[in-house]
Amino acid sequence: MSFIPHTDADRQEMLAKIGVERIADLFKDIPADRRYVDFDLPEPLSEMEAKWELNALAEANVDANHYACFLGAGAYNHYVPSVVDYALQRGEFYTAYTPYQPEISQGTLQAIFEYQSMICALTGMEVSNASHYDGATSLAEAVIMAVNVHRGKRKKIVLSPTIHPEYRAVVRTYVQGMGLTIVGDMDPQADLAALQAMIDDDTVMLAVQNPNFFGQVAELSSLAEACHAHKALLTVVADPISLGMFKAPGDMGADIVVGEGQSLGGGLNYGGPYLGFFATRNEYVRRMAGRLVGETTDADGQRGYVLTLATREQHIRRERATSNICTNQGLLVLAAGVYMAALGRCGLPKIASLCYHKAHYAAAQINALEGYEVWQGKPFFKEFVVKCPRPVAEINEHLLAEWEIIGGYDLGRDYPHLADHMLIAVTETNTREEIDDLVAALEEVAS
Amino acid sequence: MTESLIYELSAPGRCGVVLPESDVPQAALPPEELLRDDLFLPEVSEIDIVRHYLHLSQLNHGVDKGFYPLGSCTMKYNPKINEQVVRLPGFTGLHPYQDPETAQGAMFLVYSLQEWLKEIGGFAGASLQPAAGAHGEMTGVLMIRKYLHDRGETQRNKILIPDSAHGTNPASSSMSGLKVVEIPSDERGNVDLVALKEVCDDTVVGLMLTNPNTLGLFEEQVQQIADMVHGCGGLLYGDGANMNAIMGVAKPGDLGIDVLHFNLHKTFSTPHGGGGPGAGPVGCVEKLVPYLPGPVVTIEPGSDAGDEPPLYTWHMPEHTIGRVKAFYGQFAVLVRAYTYIRMLGADGVRRAAEHAVLNANYLKALLREVYPVSHDRICMHEFVLAGPPEDVQEAGVHTMDVAKRLMDYGFHPPTVYFPLIVHEALMIEPTETESKETLDAFAETMIKIVEEARENPDLLHEAPLSVPLRRLDEVQAARSPVLRYTPPE
Repeated sequence: MSFIPHTDADRQEMLAKIGVERIADLFKDIPADRRYVDFDLPEPLSEMEAKWELNALAEANVDANHYACFLGAGAYNHYVPSVVDYALQRGEFYTAYTPYQPEISQGTLQAIFEYQSMICALTGMEVSNASHYDGATSLAEAVIMAVNVHRGKRKKIVLSPTIHPEYRAVVRTYVQGMGLTIVGDMDPQADLAALQAMIDDDTVMLAVQNPNFFGQVAELSSLAEACHAHKALLTVVADPISLGMFKAPGDMGADIVVGEGQSLGGGLNYGGPYLGFFATRNEYVRRMAGRLVGETTDADGQRGYVLTLATREQHIRRERATSNICTNQGLLVLAAGVYMAALGRCGLPKIASLCYHKAHYAAAQINALEGYEVWQGKPFFKEFVVKCPRPVAEINEHLLAEWEIIGGYDLGRDYPHLADHMLIAVTETNTREEIDDLVAALEEVAS
Repeated sequence: MTESLIYELSAPGRCGVVLPESDVPQAALPPEELLRDDLFLPEVSEIDIVRHYLHLSQLNHGVDKGFYPLGSCTMKYNPKINEQVVRLPGFTGLHPYQDPETAQGAMFLVYSLQEWLKEIGGFAGASLQPAAGAHGEMTGVLMIRKYLHDRGETQRNKILIPDSAHGTNPASSSMSGLKVVEIPSDERGNVDLVALKEVCDDTVVGLMLTNPNTLGLFEEQVQQIADMVHGCGGLLYGDGANMNAIMGVAKPGDLGIDVLHFNLHKTFSTPHGGGGPGAGPVGCVEKLVPYLPGPVVTIEPGSDAGDEPPLYTWHMPEHTIGRVKAFYGQFAVLVRAYTYIRMLGADGVRRAAEHAVLNANYLKALLREVYPVSHDRICMHEFVLAGPPEDVQEAGVHTMDVAKRLMDYGFHPPTVYFPLIVHEALMIEPTETESKETLDAFAETMIKIVEEARENPDLLHEAPLSVPLRRLDEVQAARSPVLRYTPPE
């Protein structure tokens, strides 16, 4: 079973045409003592048996389809409308590759063009690429683009400590050979004013997350001005659902807007594949990485779409390319496009509003509990921080075992000063009943 | 045939999803200065969406629709079970930050796939985190660089790359802060050993080898290459883009490769998705295992009595280069690859490679009677033609014209003008899942196109004539870029 259609007669005819006796003769360029070596894998399964096995593996997990989930921290349990998967299951979409031949790839190309248009609208930017692997790698690509905008002459990157910890880790991995200095996030409590004070004439860019890792939303216009005064770029890591309600980073002066697009029609899928969106201003388009789709006409004057500005890319520029990126997250882009179109101008603000009000209801109820203290004072969107009377891991164990609730994120994992602090995410999928259960469970576990 | 843009189908007040009403009291809104006024997204009904995307899909060619011999991309059949198992609720609803004890099914799957890729590659360790082939390349190069620098060999800053390599190889290297030195190919399409010897010194980090290479040829002197690179203290990177030719037959680890990326979307049947998501796990030899990106899954054995099952846990390798993406990897892609390998077993994996090579050599045998072959040796899973026959090229018909004409006959064209070292290259990779009948039909069409070119070259310049759009003006697209929709004034 290898999904091979050949009959014995086919094989014989084909070998005869090639002029060899057996298939093994085709491998004689491989050194004799290194070919047909011992090779061992588990015994093969039929399709039916494979499905049983995969069913069993899936069912061995606890999941947000069967449990109430208040875990977020960069991956969110939003509802995915049925039309999204309808489009994803079209074989013409998912069994195609990068649209190198535009005449027979207009479906993929136009879907990307529409995605780019909608991401621009959402972020308030002028140009969006066809995506990166995830939010973290989008941020890393933003750093590299900003370095190139300054032609490699500036060396300092300022990262806010309230950017997702794993995003900051990925940036460090990407730039380890580039001789840059990363500052800002060594002090886990550095606020926007402290970050602003670090910007100088050697600064490539300042990156902040909004809503930040703790769910808080800020106005960034003055920060953008401070960056621009030193010709540094401002990058904003944004939550796309929040942009249904909150001001677009582009309207606050951001130069690059990146983020995780998983919320736009993607499942949790144990962390991937997700979708890194990336948008910037027109002036930087030739320095940005990733695929770009542009509008043009065909030989008969009909409107059509092509991959464009390819002279930035690795298959043309090789070692002088803006990035090594070859693919994008094609199917996730399609999902995000369908999602944004399906919800649209009225629907996305409504989803954002549901998240906002449910999260605030949950926060108020939890804050009223003995022993719990919700962070106050700054506006938040769908996530908030609560100081707990016991270690978060113990609380979560109880929530799961007794209430079938997947609890929040343990902030002590990344921020030593925040032991016993839980980050709770609430989306439109959490009913009032689930929230009330969470509140009751937290009350129970406190005593 | 064209389709309106989704924005052009828009009418005020429409929404494509029925949304729930709020079941909680309304909270006070945040300050006005934080809020947006309007959101320029489409306003369409559900049926508009369904028809729009169905129409768009019909403008595409995919493996499900017909032959797709795009060289270097391994456009093999994507089994339908894969698409069902990734939609199981225990996978789609699994949050990456759940307690590992509540994700043991998924972690077992990741662990098993790590083990299988180690076996297929002949390696001591593997990490499934890289998201794509190019991402795996960057990962591997960073691992080599860090390994050498940790040993104090910080003067090593040069990476050797054959001129037949994918463009991602040099791009990944320069992203990793390394200087690229190109190595020419010899007359048989192999790495030129004389040229290689000249540049092997103590400033070399290593060499990036694609084997089989992009000419579809196995590097016959792979052991000498490995000896020379190792001899000067460098390491050998393997670009696993072409693993479909040798999996189950030979192991890169046995051939002297120190670290290699796999392309699960090529070799292991996960769909290409119109350009992603793919997955580019890396496997490596013992000394590089501590440098793998993480986390990776490790196993804590259960009790001998069997009352305690083994526990799978996430672990960061000791000298890791770090994370290359958030969370763990392209999990849903890994599920598909797991399913594929689980259904094939060792014999099935080997048979897939054997038939990929059989199909390529058979198709080459059919075409070499009319088309010039760039390096006429036994090939592996793909081969490269040096464009249409000479007289046809002299009459002004080129590789691009042949490619466009193929569309009129329902075939996706091969990869064109790559590798760069072959003038007018047509790079053809049939894969093992295509039948002899399909290969015969494709070869017949290719030969017919040459006849057409001799009789009526203009026909080929006009092609394609029977697909949704004619040739598109790429120069115009790049000269005055229109990269998003703007409503008419």
